[in-house]
Amino acid sequence: MAIASNDSAMRSSNVTRMFIYLVLLLFALFYLLPFGIMLVNSLKPLSEITEGNMIALPREWTIEPWLSAWSTAQIGVEPTGLRPYFINSIAMAVPAVAISTVLGALNGYVLTKWHFRGATWIFGLLLFSCFIPFQIVLIPMARILGILDIAGTTYGLILVHVVYGIGFSTLYFRNYYAAFPTELVRAAQIDGAGFFQIFWRIMLPSSGPIIAVCCIWQFTNIWNDFLFGASFASGGAAPMTVALNNLVNSSTGVREYNVHFAGAIMAAGPTLLVYIVAGRYFVRGLMAGSVKG
Amino acid sequence: MGFLDINNVTKSYGAVEVLHKVDIQVQEGEFLVLVGPSGCGKSTLLNMIAGLEGISSGEIAIKDRVVNNIAPAKRNIAMVFQSYALYPNMTVGKNITFGLEMQGTPKAERDRAMADVAQLLQIENLLDRKPGQLSGGQRQRVAMGRALVRDPDVFLFDEPLSNLDAKLRVDMRTEIKKLHQKLGTTIVYVTHDQIEAMTLSTRIAVMYDGYVQQLGTPKEIYDNPANLFVATFMGSPAMNVLSSKLVEMNGAIHAQITGAEGQDQHLRIENAPDAYRAYLNKEVMLGIRPEAITDPEGADRNARNIQMLTNTVSVTEPAGADTFVSTTLSGKDCIARMRADADVHPNQPFEFAVNMDKAVLFDPKTEDRIA
Repeated sequence: MAIASNDSAMRSSNVTRMFIYLVLLLFALFYLLPFGIMLVNSLKPLSEITEGNMIALPREWTIEPWLSAWSTAQIGVEPTGLRPYFINSIAMAVPAVAISTVLGALNGYVLTKWHFRGATWIFGLLLFSCFIPFQIVLIPMARILGILDIAGTTYGLILVHVVYGIGFSTLYFRNYYAAFPTELVRAAQIDGAGFFQIFWRIMLPSSGPIIAVCCIWQFTNIWNDFLFGASFASGGAAPMTVALNNLVNSSTGVREYNVHFAGAIMAAGPTLLVYIVAGRYFVRGLMAGSVKG
Repeated sequence: MGFLDINNVTKSYGAVEVLHKVDIQVQEGEFLVLVGPSGCGKSTLLNMIAGLEGISSGEIAIKDRVVNNIAPAKRNIAMVFQSYALYPNMTVGKNITFGLEMQGTPKAERDRAMADVAQLLQIENLLDRKPGQLSGGQRQRVAMGRALVRDPDVFLFDEPLSNLDAKLRVDMRTEIKKLHQKLGTTIVYVTHDQIEAMTLSTRIAVMYDGYVQQLGTPKEIYDNPANLFVATFMGSPAMNVLSSKLVEMNGAIHAQITGAEGQDQHLRIENAPDAYRAYLNKEVMLGIRPEAITDPEGADRNARNIQMLTNTVSVTEPAGADTFVSTTLSGKDCIARMRADADVHPNQPFEFAVNMDKAVLFDPKTEDRIA
């Protein structure tokens, strides 16, 4: 038998372990079931679904619903498929995540390492923004977007999400940097590094885990947002979530459930991907060894 | 003017003054140690020299240039931090040359400087590693390398050895001393460890409560402490301080103390300074270092005035090289430092030899030295 590592608990008996795995497996299946059904039905011809058997595997496998959802399905009035809206969402989420993360990091850096009068107050107010319900800001935000003349565009949505995201990203980075040794900043100051050099060369490279956390959180929120997307970006600039809604609610013709399932998976795909790609950085302790530990 | 001038420097946080009119001149090549207990202001003073804390009043000058309003990087100083503060994301080599890079030194020159320093500190084989892969002693060396590579006017050390284990601390202490002798650099070094202060420094500033209590060579500080705080803070075990009375007997001044059984004991003081006369028949604090109380055979042969004193031994603590002997004098535990093989037993009377050449007196109220 392999040498048990010292930090794991005593091994329980094989029977108990089998039981535990069985229960875990059942739960995993239970949670995967909705996704499984979506996947299965997105690979069936519509006729097999309308027959009434949603659980069964397809008799005839087809990727036609996926192709249709991607490029030809009726979204609102245009038969464009989800592709342009997917691109919209990417064009919205990527800059919004990047900008709000960088600004949050900068805020956290200033709030912890460059103390100034009223810093606690400003942090408190930023925190407050985390808890304001979306609906409250709709009308003032619409006004501001109008003044800036970016209402109904992807830029407008980027601004909305950056503003809304700064509260959370600042909270993450402030708490992370509060534990970051100030002596490192002082050493860099003596070495002659300026404000931004310290930020880019010392702080950010040591922030891997919190950047991952912040990106996952922001990306999931921004990608999945429906309210702002529906309110501030209509028609051609709508994000994926709004387009998916339009696809499913199209009132003309037959309801193509298989296409809807394919579209829903497409809409969920990027957030899943972000979890899979960035999740492992969660646990990486990049700070190891900076100070005597 | 010295090489590093600290002129009447104070530091206040709001209405609270934490450093009061500190005045120290450091000469080129000097190794000045700021020593004192936690909260005495020594690290604050060091940070003010470094430029990491503002100066409330007074001025600090390096090489006759007032640096009060000059950024840390422009003061031509280097600092070694208690936690080493190595950049975790950079290799050792990058850590060492980061400062030069920030100053815009060309790559070739940086590499040359790094190679020199790495050779001096014997860390050539570590240059490609990250700080996380180094042991405590190695990190310490890298931190010193980062300071050395800049060839600064003044080195600042902020308790650099306090994170090391006991043995490594002694080794690194010797190494810092060797480095200082070899390079002849000017160093200001902060520590709370009085042994580090004694062994490393050419001069010591003992600080307490925001004041420099005494500034002098290690020998001056140890033998002629300016006040009771300096006397008890420096030296391990601490100096014995006994309340006693000055009396005149047979034309000579004696310090009268009480023995373990309450009997009066008299220790004659020779060559008493005139100041002692003012304290005749008054209470004074008599300070005697443990090594000045020995067995008669172990007494200093060069001492001129050895006084014998018979008293009951309470505890003996053999420590290998020495034996520490406790006895009660003037109602207080008093430690004597004897040879390892001194023939001394607990709860028995013993004849102590007290080297009164080394005894010092303090005023019990002001706690200042009487001299």
